[in-house]
Amino acid sequence: MFKVLIDQFWSLTISGVALGFIYVLISLGYTMVYGVLRMINFANSEIFMWGTFGTVVTNRDLFHYTQLSEPAKGFKLVFVLLSALLVSMAIAGITAVFVEFVAYRRLRAKGTNRLATLISAIGISIALSEVMRLLTASRPVGSPRVLEKLILTEVWGANIRLDTVITIIAAAIIFFILERFIKLSRMGKAIRAVSMNEDAAKLMGVNLNRVITTTFLVGGLATGAAGFFYVTVFEYTKFNIGFTMGMAAFTAAVLGGIGNIRGAFFGGVSLGLLEVYASAVLGTQWKAVTVFIVLVLVLLFKPNGLFGEAVQTTRA
Amino acid sequence: MRLEIKDLHVHYGKIEAIKGISVVVNEGEIVTLIGANGAGKTTTLKTISGLRKVSSGAIIFDGQDISNVPAHERVDLGISQAPEGRGIFPGMTVLENLEMGKFHRKNRKAEMDEDLDKVYTLFPRLKERISQAGGTLSGGEQQMLAIGRALMSRPKVLLLDEPSMGLAPQMIANIFRIITEINKTGVTILLVEQNAQQALQRAHRAYILETGNVVKEAKASDLLNDPAVREAYLGTGAHS
Repeated sequence: MFKVLIDQFWSLTISGVALGFIYVLISLGYTMVYGVLRMINFANSEIFMWGTFGTVVTNRDLFHYTQLSEPAKGFKLVFVLLSALLVSMAIAGITAVFVEFVAYRRLRAKGTNRLATLISAIGISIALSEVMRLLTASRPVGSPRVLEKLILTEVWGANIRLDTVITIIAAAIIFFILERFIKLSRMGKAIRAVSMNEDAAKLMGVNLNRVITTTFLVGGLATGAAGFFYVTVFEYTKFNIGFTMGMAAFTAAVLGGIGNIRGAFFGGVSLGLLEVYASAVLGTQWKAVTVFIVLVLVLLFKPNGLFGEAVQTTRA
Repeated sequence: MRLEIKDLHVHYGKIEAIKGISVVVNEGEIVTLIGANGAGKTTTLKTISGLRKVSSGAIIFDGQDISNVPAHERVDLGISQAPEGRGIFPGMTVLENLEMGKFHRKNRKAEMDEDLDKVYTLFPRLKERISQAGGTLSGGEQQMLAIGRALMSRPKVLLLDEPSMGLAPQMIANIFRIITEINKTGVTILLVEQNAQQALQRAHRAYILETGNVVKEAKASDLLNDPAVREAYLGTGAHS
């Protein structure tokens, strides 16, 4: 039963980390919005799904790659990848701001209860995914291979593939930039202030609506970047992939302690690894089961998440 | 500078918390609102700083009705509040908390150092704690930080909500001494307190609030000697 896990341990670890980093970026979308509004943006999964289509459209329609064309090389490769990344981020960022504007802002202005916001979140999620279902005729959409899945080197019997390396490095850079933005920029400080004490932040002159828009935008950009990495690694997307990926990323956010950016990092990577190891031991069909069991266990035994206590003391 | 509240009404949902109060704060004064829990003191302050909506009536500041100015723009006008429960940003350092007090003014680095120095002169303790997280400070230190942070915006009027809450007697005396000191530098102060004794000793004028109404308005020193007030708010009635 554990033979696959032992034989392919390093190989699994690398793909687990890559998957984990995709979760990290999506869970930033959940965690940042939660930090500011104390609300789960359930539409984040569909924002991710829209982001994945950004990369498909860029590769297929903007640069006219097909399933038969040669993968890009050199400067062209970098250019196409960067374009796809930026388009995915932009689409997801705009979708996130749109969601806030359409589904949440008016409810907030009227001071309605959490339940209304939750229903509104579910409503906009269904709308986003159904629109994409209509646009794609419910079919999975393959992305042409732009990045050749070169095997760069072999470490301890594990193949190091170019796409996983790019995913890990680029996702880590994006995470680092966002973390610094929150920590050091003026707007980032305003976001942190609102998440710690909304009224006090207003008294300092923080424009709450602007903070909320920025939070959705930044969370959306991170989620969109995850969409790019997802398509680059798996070369496929579908109108309903948001659900499983979104649920896993949400679990990662809860695992790390929702509202906590570093928590999202550790939660995402741990969940990615766990999922890959569990697939190796139990079979891939158990992947989703593992995620939900983890979610239930975390909620049962450590409802504040692994880093929840730290969050509690900093908010006390 | 003059702050005037005219026939103010404020609602929480359908409940009327403030039932038509009028309060005047003149330049250079310390004015205090005293009263029991639930009298509407905190709500009044929150409405002045914009955290609560005016149902009817007006808040006139410097001759302008600011009732509809959003909270985050009122700092710019010169209104600053140290909120109830101090409102420290617990995960930020003392320095970051103080810097947040100047958030509304972009790119004022030179001013920043000058104002930080002023705050450190008033509260030397804060300077020692500069890189410590706000959430790890003692109650008294947090109150100092809340007042210091409110001063960073160079307010014309400073709103203080129960600065003595939860503090040891010595710290209370210390905070009130500093409030007088701040007032002497030209900052007008509107002080909400349950510690009526201290508040009346420091203030020039006072209003007594009961269930959303002003029931008495007088010079603070007169109220200190008023037997009815002593009995109700100072715990030292005519018999003692």
